[in-house]
Amino acid sequence: MTNNDTSKSVFVAAIFAALAIYPFTGSEFGTDLVTTTMVFAIFALSLELLVGGTGLVCFGQAAFFGIGAYSAVLLSPQYDPGSVAILLPAAVLTAALYALFVGALSLRTKGVYFIMVTLAFAQMAYFVVHDTSLGGGTDGIYMTVKPTLGAIDLGDTQALYWVTYVLLIAVFVFLAVLSRSRFGRALAGIRVNEQRMRATGFSTYPYKLAAFTISGAIAGLGGFLFAVKDGAVNPELMSWHLSGSVLVMIILGGIGHLRGALIGAFAFVLLEELFKSEAIFGEFSKHWHLGLGMTIIASVALLPRGLVGLPGQWGQHLLGRATRRAEDMEVQNAKA
Amino acid sequence: MDFTIFLIQLLNSLQYGLLLFLVASGLTLIFGIMGVINLAHGSFYMIGGYMAFALAPIVAATFGGGFFSTLCVGLVLAVVLGYVLEWAFYSYLYEREHLQQVLMTYGLILVFEELRSLLVGDDVHGVKVPDLLAGSLPLGEVMTYPVYRLFISAVCVALALGMYFVFSRTRLGMMIRAGSTNREMVQSLGIDIKFLYRVVFAAGVAIAVLAGMVAAPVSSVYPGMGNQVLIICFVVVVIGGIGSIRGALVAALLIGLVDTFGKVLLPDAAGVLVYVLMALILLWKPDGLFKAG
Amino acid sequence: MPKPDSASKVLLRGRDITRRWGGLVALNKVSVELERGSLHAVIGTNGAGKSTLINILSGEFPPSEGQVELLGQDVTDWSQPKRARSGLGRSYQRNTIYPSFSVMENCRLAAQARKPAPWAWWQSAARCEVSTAAAHDAAVRVGLGNALDRTAGLLSHGQKRQLEIAMCLATGPEVLLLDEPLAGMGAEETERMLTLLEQLRPDHAILLVEHDMDAVFRAADRITVMVNGQVIASGSPDFIRNSPEVKTAYLGDH
Repeated sequence: MTNNDTSKSVFVAAIFAALAIYPFTGSEFGTDLVTTTMVFAIFALSLELLVGGTGLVCFGQAAFFGIGAYSAVLLSPQYDPGSVAILLPAAVLTAALYALFVGALSLRTKGVYFIMVTLAFAQMAYFVVHDTSLGGGTDGIYMTVKPTLGAIDLGDTQALYWVTYVLLIAVFVFLAVLSRSRFGRALAGIRVNEQRMRATGFSTYPYKLAAFTISGAIAGLGGFLFAVKDGAVNPELMSWHLSGSVLVMIILGGIGHLRGALIGAFAFVLLEELFKSEAIFGEFSKHWHLGLGMTIIASVALLPRGLVGLPGQWGQHLLGRATRRAEDMEVQNAKA
Repeated sequence: MDFTIFLIQLLNSLQYGLLLFLVASGLTLIFGIMGVINLAHGSFYMIGGYMAFALAPIVAATFGGGFFSTLCVGLVLAVVLGYVLEWAFYSYLYEREHLQQVLMTYGLILVFEELRSLLVGDDVHGVKVPDLLAGSLPLGEVMTYPVYRLFISAVCVALALGMYFVFSRTRLGMMIRAGSTNREMVQSLGIDIKFLYRVVFAAGVAIAVLAGMVAAPVSSVYPGMGNQVLIICFVVVVIGGIGSIRGALVAALLIGLVDTFGKVLLPDAAGVLVYVLMALILLWKPDGLFKAG
Repeated sequence: MPKPDSASKVLLRGRDITRRWGGLVALNKVSVELERGSLHAVIGTNGAGKSTLINILSGEFPPSEGQVELLGQDVTDWSQPKRARSGLGRSYQRNTIYPSFSVMENCRLAAQARKPAPWAWWQSAARCEVSTAAAHDAAVRVGLGNALDRTAGLLSHGQKRQLEIAMCLATGPEVLLLDEPLAGMGAEETERMLTLLEQLRPDHAILLVEHDMDAVFRAADRITVMVNGQVIASGSPDFIRNSPEVKTAYLGDH
C-alpha cells in the first residue's frame, strides 16, 4: 500500500517536474499549447472532484468554465489592464454562484436525471450568452488588454505559463488534501453508498452541494485562465461539446484518481492535435471529430479503467485474478 | 394577441410539442426498458432530416416516387440502422455504468456528425413540401395555415395512438412492459430478451428518424439539428418523468406551448424559458410529473 | 447522552405504522416498542414487511400512517440522518460496507458522523481522534481488532457482516435496528455474533430481524411475529413458541 502510494507520488512529481522544465526547451507554440493543456487539466480536476470524488456525473461542467471565462472578459476594463487580484476571485465566485444554483436544483435528482438536468442547465447558460447582447452573441467578446498581477503581465506567454503552472499545482494539492479530509472521506462514502451514509447520520445533500460548488469554482478558475490565454470568449465555451470533452478527459485518464485527470487532459489534447494534424491526415484532418469519436468508443470498450489502470490491466494478464481484484478495489478508491 | 394569431401559435406549439414527443418517447423508452441513456438519439433525428433531403433524389431516380416513397425507404433504412447499432454498440452498454453509456453514445454523436459532414456536407438545406400537402387553409379573414404542419401533427398523433395500442393491447407491449420491470422474469418466461431489446431499440430509432423526416420540410436540415432536439428532449423526459410515455406527452406539449409562445411574447428570453420551466418543475417535483414505476 | 426521558425504558416506539404502496398494504397498523436492555426480535416469512418496518423506523421512507417516537420525541417527520445522529443505528441485510476502504476506514467514516467537521478540509480524516477512537472501539467489539488494516472488500463473508455491525456501533447509537445480521454465517460466526448481542443488550435497545429461529429463540427477550404486513402475535419466546396462531400461520410450516 505504502509502496504504491510512493510510486503514485513519484509519478505525479515527475509530471510536475517535466512541466517545470518544458518552457526552457519548448517553442513558443509548444509553451502555448502546454498552457492550454494545463488549463484543461484544472478543468478536468474540477470534474474529477464530482465524478470520481463524489459519484456525481455532471454533464454541464462547461457552463462553469464558460462563466468564469465570460466574467473575466466582461469585468476587464476596456483600455487598461485589469487586476488579476480582482478578476480571478470574481470569475471564480461567479462560477461558484451559478454552480450553487444549479447544484441546489439538480442535486434533488439522481442518476440519469442528474446527468440530463446538469446538461440542461448548462444549455441554459449557453443560451443566455448566445441569444442576448450581454455576451456579444455568437461572435463572443474580446479581452483587449490582458490583466496584470503586480509586475507580472499575463499577456506574456511565459508569465501565463508559470501562473497556470502554479495554479494547477495549487488545485491538485488542494484536492489531494481535500480527499483525505473528513469532508473528502464523506464524499467518497456518498459515492459508494449514499443510502448508507444517510443511515449513518450524514445529511448528504449539503455535502454534495458543497462539492458541486467547489467544483464549479475550480472550473471557473480554469475558465478565467482560458479567457486570459485566448483573449476572447464565445458561446462554444459553454457548449455541451466542451462538457463532453472534459468528461472524456477524466475517463480517458481514469476515474477516481486525481492524476487520471492530469493524464487525461494531456492525452486528450495530444489526440486532438494528432487528429487535427494536416501533416498526418491531410484533407481528412478537417473531420477530426470522427477520429476523436472512434477513440472515445474504443476507449470505453477497451480501457474501462482509463490510462491510469493500464499498467494494472497489463499486469492482469501476467498475474491473473488476484491482481485484478485488488485493482478493481483500486478503481473505486478516490485517492490520487 | 389577435385570436387568429393565437390560434396559429397554438397549432404551431401543438405541432412542435408532438414532434418533440416522438423523439422523446424513444429516448424515454430506451432508458426505461434497457436502462441506457442514449445521447445519440438526437443524431437519429438528424439522420432522418438528412435522409429526407438526400434520399429524395435517389428514391425518385430509382422508384420514381415522391416524398412518401422517400419516407417509406427512410423508415426501412432506420429500422435496419437501429437493429445493427443495437447489435454493434448498445448491447454492450446494458450492464455498464451511466458514465460509460454517456461516453460511448457521445462518441457516436461525433461519428454520426462527421459522417454526415463527409457524405452530405455542412450546408443548410431546405426540403420541399410535397405537392399534395403544399396548400394552406384559410384561418379567419386574412390568415392561412399550411396544410403540411397539420399533416405533421396528424402523423404524430397517429404514431402516438399506435404506440399506445401496442403497449396496452398487444403481446409485444406486454413483454416490453414486463421486460422493463423484471428482466430475469421475462427471460424465465422464455422470451428472448435480446431480441426484444433489439426490436424496441430499432423502433425507437425508426420513430426518431421518421420525426426528423417529416419535420425536414418545415425546419430545414442543418448540422447540429440533432443535438438541439436531444437537449430539449432531455428536458421533456426530466419534466415528464423517466420511463413514462404519458409524462413525455404532457411535458412535450407543455414545452411546445412555452417555447412557441415564449418566442412571440418574450423573444429575448425564449431560449432560456424552457429551462426555467424545468427548474421550476424540479423544485416542485424532483422526479418529474409522472414517475414510472 | 442522558436525557430526562431516557429514564423511561422505551427508547423507540412505532405506533400503528401503516405503509401502502399504491393499493398494496405492506404494513398494517404495526406497533413495536424497544426497551433499553432488551432484545426484540421480529420474525416472519419473506414479504411479511419486516424490512419495511426497519426502513420506516430508521427513516428511510415515511409511513403512510402512524408515528415513530425516539427517546420520547415524535420523530415521524425527521430525516434519516437526523434520527441517526439522535442515537438510532441500523445495519443492512445486504452488505453496505465500503469495499475499497480498510476496516478501520470504514468504521472511522461511520464514527465521523458524530463529529463531521466538513469544514476542516486541511486536516486528514485519520487525525480525528474522536472518530478514530470510536472506530477502533467498534471494530474491536465485533472482533475485527486484528483486521483493522485489511481491505474491507477482501474480508470473508462473516467478517463483512461483523464490519456491518461495527459501522453501526461506531456511531454510538442507543437503538440498534439489525436487519438479518446472521444471514449466511457459519456456526462459529453465529456464536460470536450472539455473544456480541449479549454484550450490547444492557446499554442498548435492539430490534433484530432474523430468519435463524434457533438464534432468535435463544437471544430474544420478546418476539413479534408478522404475516402479510400484520402482527399476529407478540410476547416472550415461550409465549410465541406455544401460540397456536403462530404455529398455524408460520412455525407450522417448518
